[in-house]
Amino acid sequence: MKILVPIAKVPDTTAKITFIENNTKFNPDGVTFIMNPTDEWYALVRAIELKEKQGGEVVVIHVGLADSEQIIRKALAIGADKAVRVDADPTDAYFVAAQIANHAKTENYDLIIAGKETIDYNSYEVGGMIAELLDLPCVALVQKLDIENGVATIKREIEGGTETVEVKLPMVVCAQKELAEARIPNMKGIMGARSKPLAVVAADATEKLTVVANYSLPEKAKECKYVSPDNVAELVRLLHEEAKVI
Amino acid sequence: MAVLSFVEVSEGKIKKASVEAAYYGSKVAEGLGTDSIALVLGAASADDLATLGQVGVKKVLHANDARFNNFDSKAFAKAVSEAANTTGANMVVLSFNQNGKLLAPRLSVRLKAAYVPGAVELPVFNGATAVVKKNVFSGKAAAHYQLNTEKKVIAVNPNSLSPVRGNGVATVEAFSPAVNDADFSSVVKGTDKITGTIPLSEAELVVSAGRGLKGPENWGMIDELAKDMGAATACSRAVADVDWRPHHEHVGQTGLTIRPNLYIAVGISGAIQHLAGVNGSKVIVVINTDPEAPFFKAADYGIVGDAFQVMPKFIEEYKKFKSAH
Ligand SMILES: Cc1cc2nc3c(=O)[nH]c(=O)nc-3n(C[C@H](O)[C@H](O)[C@H](O)COP(=O)(O)OP(=O)(O)OC[C@H]3O[C@@H](n4cnc5c(N)ncnc54)[C@H](O)[C@@H]3O)c2cc1C
Ligand SMILES: Nc1ncnc2c1ncn2[C@@H]1O[C@H](COP(=O)(O)O)[C@@H](O)[C@H]1O
Repeated sequence: MKILVPIAKVPDTTAKITFIENNTKFNPDGVTFIMNPTDEWYALVRAIELKEKQGGEVVVIHVGLADSEQIIRKALAIGADKAVRVDADPTDAYFVAAQIANHAKTENYDLIIAGKETIDYNSYEVGGMIAELLDLPCVALVQKLDIENGVATIKREIEGGTETVEVKLPMVVCAQKELAEARIPNMKGIMGARSKPLAVVAADATEKLTVVANYSLPEKAKECKYVSPDNVAELVRLLHEEAKVI
Repeated sequence: MAVLSFVEVSEGKIKKASVEAAYYGSKVAEGLGTDSIALVLGAASADDLATLGQVGVKKVLHANDARFNNFDSKAFAKAVSEAANTTGANMVVLSFNQNGKLLAPRLSVRLKAAYVPGAVELPVFNGATAVVKKNVFSGKAAAHYQLNTEKKVIAVNPNSLSPVRGNGVATVEAFSPAVNDADFSSVVKGTDKITGTIPLSEAELVVSAGRGLKGPENWGMIDELAKDMGAATACSRAVADVDWRPHHEHVGQTGLTIRPNLYIAVGISGAIQHLAGVNGSKVIVVINTDPEAPFFKAADYGIVGDAFQVMPKFIEEYKKFKSAH
């Protein structure tokens, strides 16, 4: 089985969020970047588990600039066999998906496992776009994935529960929590990662569909109105009369 | 020109999140001086579909075809794009719910349309360009997406706007998209619904608790208030990790993201990873013994106090309120 795992780079969740250039750009100053948690903990680990069971190869692909090397090496240390970096600034989901789809077109992957969303833009779009570009089936919010005889059995989240579906490979899967248990790279993995192949390829010319005009921060910090623990009736009154939520 | 909203039905019933999307579509259509059209795939009664007129939909295209009773992203994307093309819709609106999160990006590619995942407000038009607000960085900031393409796709964050209902009645027209059996790629083997409770992702009111409750045996008061209010229950990851509560209830960065009208947090410290899943809530109430708990900074109303004393009073006062209203 040949599996492709697209991995994204995101600011650490505890990072302070500020913007520069008239609020048109995210300010990376002093921010630590990490591999997108869903990609690292679930998509990548499940891909490695499937390979360990059935043989094959796990390739990670990342669209990003040279400063992403560290997260790519981490993916190799966790257990991916090789990596591809498309050398471009990933500013638009369609652009990113098109780069990944173009790579996948010539490589005949049985399975592509993306994360459901990145934790910066929370946009849930790249996986579905790759699938549409390749005209492949896709299932998202996947919590369980098993493959047997070229058929994937998948448990996905639906409103108020889960649904189990079967899909014939090749396909795209968008992973979420419960799909696997996060792995921490060990010394052997870290050493081995240094000699695994990392190909850097130029980006294909592709249009961008969406631009961010600018960013804004919440207008002002919320002002908490305190109610005495001896006067809970007042809280109920406020929720009804002032907040109008009950 | 028209605005097309994609409306999902589940077991023949229109999903609440889709009513919001249809309302959003009607508002945009109204602003542009064009028609609001809805597309429904799968079995549903024409009488039910006509009620979409209440949120401004003029016409419902209905593919009453059992193959669409289960969601299949590839086949649905094909059908919705065809409807957009035949109605000449330049904008497609759908919910940013479980299915919408996958269907919308596929539509964006098929229609070569700029796409906003999770709009929280109506678009602002400037000629053919639309700017739409969406939350980013787990709600710590907003991005204003600029959509320059002729066709546009907007997925609306659930609970972002409350539909105002009028007494319109939509006409319902049969629609047969050119979708082959081969376009349906997934076979549904079964579903597992968490029954008896309100699905957390759709709930308007949520009562949530964390480690401050000391043990799973103390959740009775959370369940009771939730039941009285018709609210769903949620929890912090810390208590799901130790199996005091099921994992599907855990909200935050690694759990569900929710945007209810009211989120009541009892004995939860308000770690940034927890807030990531709830700070889009309209109103937040925090009950915590520690006046320094970070959650108070994100709260609209706070009670510094012991949950074991405050909750019984809260339940009592709510019961009084309910019998009076
Ligand atoms: C990468 C990562 C991802 C994470 N993802 C998530 C996530 O998705 N969701 C999530 O929730 N957490 C997540 N966490 C964990 C998070 O950082 C916190 O540890 C967790 O939310 C704490 O849960 P808690 O508030 O229930 O417990 P605590 O932090 O222990 O807080 C308990 C609170 O209860 C109060 N209290 C104590 N007794 C009482 C009483 N009698 N009455 C009222 N209040 C009382 C205390 O003052 C305290 O504020 C994540 C952490 C990491 C590192
Ligand atoms: N720059 C990128 N390079 C490679 N994969 C990416 C990139 N951005 C997003 N992805 C993949 O797409 C998934 C969804 O991201 P998004 O649509 O941005 O929320 C992520 O979990 C990754 O698997």
